Amino acid sequence: MTTVTQQLDIAKIRRDFPILNETINGKPLVYLDNAATTQKPRQVLDALTGYYEHYNANIHRGIHHLAEKATSAFEASRRRIQAFLNARLSEEIIFTYGSTDGINLVAQAYGRAFLKAGDEIIISTMEHHSNIVPWQMLCEEKGCILKVIPISEEGELRMEEYEKLLSERTKFVSVVHVSNALGTINPVAQIVEKAHAVGAKVLLDGAQASSHLSIDVQALDCDFYVFSLHKLYGPTGMGVLYGKKELLDAMPPYRGGGEMIKEVTFEKTTYNELPYKFEAGTPNIADVVAARTALDYVDELGKEAIAEHEHQLLRYATDALEAIEGLRIIGRAKEKIGVLSFVMEGIHHQDIGVLLDQQGIAIRTGHHCTQPMMQRFGIPGTSRASFSVYNTMEEVDSLVRGLHKVKKMLG
Amino acid sequence: MSINEIQDELISDFELFDDWESKYEYIIDLGKQLPPLEEQYKTEENIIKGCQSRVWLHTYLEGDKLHFAADSDAIIVRGLVSMLVKVLSGHTPEAIAKADLYFLERIGLHQHLAQTRSNGLASMVKQMKHYAIAYQAVD
Repeated sequence: MTTVTQQLDIAKIRRDFPILNETINGKPLVYLDNAATTQKPRQVLDALTGYYEHYNANIHRGIHHLAEKATSAFEASRRRIQAFLNARLSEEIIFTYGSTDGINLVAQAYGRAFLKAGDEIIISTMEHHSNIVPWQMLCEEKGCILKVIPISEEGELRMEEYEKLLSERTKFVSVVHVSNALGTINPVAQIVEKAHAVGAKVLLDGAQASSHLSIDVQALDCDFYVFSLHKLYGPTGMGVLYGKKELLDAMPPYRGGGEMIKEVTFEKTTYNELPYKFEAGTPNIADVVAARTALDYVDELGKEAIAEHEHQLLRYATDALEAIEGLRIIGRAKEKIGVLSFVMEGIHHQDIGVLLDQQGIAIRTGHHCTQPMMQRFGIPGTSRASFSVYNTMEEVDSLVRGLHKVKKMLG
Repeated sequence: MSINEIQDELISDFELFDDWESKYEYIIDLGKQLPPLEEQYKTEENIIKGCQSRVWLHTYLEGDKLHFAADSDAIIVRGLVSMLVKVLSGHTPEAIAKADLYFLERIGLHQHLAQTRSNGLASMVKQMKHYAIAYQAVD
């Protein structure tokens, strides 16, 4: 990280997000649920309406002006995402409806074709359900065996245990880049290298990482990478699967339909080339087009500057919350993004969520779709505040005041 | 008192509160006062799992009246559970089955019933009605 990062003008940034003017229960919205989804800047909203107002058309096969314009914007987005991930080729970028969809695509298209009974798949204790269930479904169908990397009390992967799990039976490793419930940044380059050493392929779930870290899929050398745009100031219902071309080429199609075919006869259908082979049906054109604007927005602010701001919020909030008696932070990894999970002694997380909501403060409570990890920590759930570029120290202060009120009311 | 009389009484209780704090403090108090459900009734059969909190519901018939006892692991849900029990418990299955629960909306707490996945409240109300209908059928 560079030592001098540009200081962001947060007040100016906040003006880009119309929703931040909302009042909740008569109080100004304090939105600290960014790990679930970020809010969208005006620029992205304008890109969405601009598409529908000026060049809405179905893409790729139309020969009229609007179809050409829409196609060209759609494919420009693909190249934009290629650059964002530093992928080698634009056809390595497959549009999906989100990270979950991308993982399912790989589990089904790669897994069913190339994994067999007795093959081992490694995931970790801190996976989101979306990186557990698709592999369990595959294991059930093919007789593969699921192995799980344990985590430490601090919420870090136990890398020595990971190494012990690896063997010539390991065929696939699928781990999260950054934990949604704890904020832990995993040593993914190392994970990939060790998996490749035994000949296993690797998928990285970048749902949380993509909005906070710079991602270079060539440097990471991962085989697959997934993320969702809605966590990155972009629209909902749109995500990306990156895959190495030789693997995507070798994989059979996942869904059948229009767009993904070359020629259809009742005797035999031939499939389209990459990336269209995996994009059956009319895609989510408007959201794909607006995704490009979201990435431009992020790059204009600068990912390092955003990360630095979020880091300051995390440090400030960690200190402030630790000072609250009876509050315990879950997840104390050395490398973390702006996610703060905590439990309060004798207080149910749902009560915390309800009473903060009354004060206009939006956080997330519960198991965060990571039930196995909550079992690991022996808790039913946590309360989680997660930060984004538009959050302020004053909002952290509001959270702290809110939590004191919760304590007072429930004490 | 009839179901509606109890509902009306709750509504007028809540009219005394002019801010959210006193309203929720009252609900929290109700939650604290609700006697815990005996462990023997906290069975897998009686549990209603929400995404965030759990609710247990025990049902029994005494004479011609249907009674409910319930519990939750979250205190605000417990307070709401306590109100639902207060309103519906001790009436005939017929009265419970056809009861129109308007009090939560009137006191501005209906969002807790709408959050179907996060707490078990909506499912609990459904379950109470199901029991009432089932006992009606037995008669």
